[in-house]
Amino acid sequence: MNLKNDARPPKWRRESALGINITLCLLILSACAGNEYGGSTAKRISLSGSTSVSPFAEHLAERYQKLHLGTAINVQSLGSTAGIQAAINGVAEIGMSSRTLKSEEADKLDQIVIARDALAVIVHPANPIASLTLTEVQKIFLGQITNWRDLGGADATIVLVTREAGSGTFGAFEELLLKGAHPVASALRQGSNGAIRQVVSEDPNAIGYISLGIVDATVKPIAIDNVQPSVQHVLENKYKFVRPFLFVWHKGQSLSPLAQSFVDYVLSAESQTELEKLGLVRGVVQ
Amino acid sequence: MIRERSIAIILLAAALAAVFALVLISYFIFQAGLPTLIKIGLPGFIFNTVWEPTAKVPSFGILPMLIGSLWLTFGSLVIGVPLGLAVTIFMIDLAPAALAALMKPAIQLLAGIPSVVYGFIGLTFLAPLVRRLLGGPGLSVLTAAIILGIMILPTIISISGDAVRAVPRSLRDGALALGATRWQMISQVVLPAARSGIIASIILGMGRALGETMAVIMMVGNSLNIPISPLDSATTLTSNIGLEMAYASGAHRDALFATGVILFLLIMLLNSITTAFVRRGTSRRTA
Repeated sequence: MNLKNDARPPKWRRESALGINITLCLLILSACAGNEYGGSTAKRISLSGSTSVSPFAEHLAERYQKLHLGTAINVQSLGSTAGIQAAINGVAEIGMSSRTLKSEEADKLDQIVIARDALAVIVHPANPIASLTLTEVQKIFLGQITNWRDLGGADATIVLVTREAGSGTFGAFEELLLKGAHPVASALRQGSNGAIRQVVSEDPNAIGYISLGIVDATVKPIAIDNVQPSVQHVLENKYKFVRPFLFVWHKGQSLSPLAQSFVDYVLSAESQTELEKLGLVRGVVQ
Repeated sequence: MIRERSIAIILLAAALAAVFALVLISYFIFQAGLPTLIKIGLPGFIFNTVWEPTAKVPSFGILPMLIGSLWLTFGSLVIGVPLGLAVTIFMIDLAPAALAALMKPAIQLLAGIPSVVYGFIGLTFLAPLVRRLLGGPGLSVLTAAIILGIMILPTIISISGDAVRAVPRSLRDGALALGATRWQMISQVVLPAARSGIIASIILGMGRALGETMAVIMMVGNSLNIPISPLDSATTLTSNIGLEMAYASGAHRDALFATGVILFLLIMLLNSITTAFVRRGTSRRTA
């Protein structure tokens, strides 16, 4: 009997322990209420969309979260179309798109241009060709020129690398460079900018296209009509193959304070300079 | 008594949940894919060679992918089946016990490697090798078929192994007693006796090859032409769904679900063939 009594804490301690537990639960509940349902004190937002925009949004989100401790900005990389859908359905507060909105999408969404991105046509660094005309690029991707020899290169079959239908980069490439035509069916298709860079960096006969922002030393960007793709040339309006990076949200709906604050941060001079350092071009001044 | 009954009811519910999941999956695939399939028409869907789902006048033709899937499945069987059967026969009838004991866990480990890892090896090691030695883009039917052939080995080895192991000792002893060599015993007694199980293992391996997605996306190049040579790039039904689903909306998305319906039917066909073979095998044994 004695032992049993000793093993259990005295009654007052048991009760106070219960009291503490209840207090804790209440605290947690109220904290939850403050965060999730309080609206004005929401500390968590989610962005969803383009795989091209995501790395940049994530980078800025990290910097923002360091400046504003206790906030959480989730960036999901699902593709432009999925991001636009998420913003329309309200699954994500902000959608990210790397292509211009279709008219039925634009009817339902407010949009801002957070940055612009040049599309660079890339080849293997060992490829002797450094410049092509736009017509040549079109002929290559439409399968009318199939050997590097015809362009002054080595006698080797050209290996085309493109994106899959529905991707923002693919849509922008068709619209800006191919003027609405479709790449030939024999082109390899890869699921991301990074995958295209990987394939082109390994195959001496490959040609592909990616965001200027992620061009690195493993591939060689090609000048089109003698204009090298660069941030400078885009700002000077010389390099024309540029698409907008958009943030979109439900039309007429005001953003939550955190979302608004993040959007303001992204548009701030500091962030725009940061994006420029990463190879993007600042958004059109609104 | 009440306890017994309640356990029975809980187990029944669990069993029904599994069946219910299957019903739900089938329902969703068909609900999303069937209307498109009916609108385009089955022949217009599977005999059309142009897949341009986001064009102004979209075209939904899955023939290149269908042929890509068949090519790749066939190729992986050409590589995986002889290799798998050789391993099975060696492990059961020829290998010293110690070696067989070592091989078994090694093969189980092969089954445990995630498919992205297989894909990564194909992408970074095999594809450049194929490009250098044989030409073409490297990301090709051949590259993917070799890796897929290895991926289906555990399926083939474990299922055909069960069948070969089930051949009674007396048959083996009888063949040897009649003066057969070991190879004669294996090729003329053991393999024919295990035939139905071996065929079932091949069909299950085929299902695995047909259904593999991630590794295939990484290795096969995903081009939309009809592959003529093993060195050509291709797309399969699964890899196209995997590649495009994230970006698809509207009719494009529905067409991907319709592709899923075709895949579903193909796999169901394979499964019923397997079941038929396995049933034939067991009924003959008991007869």
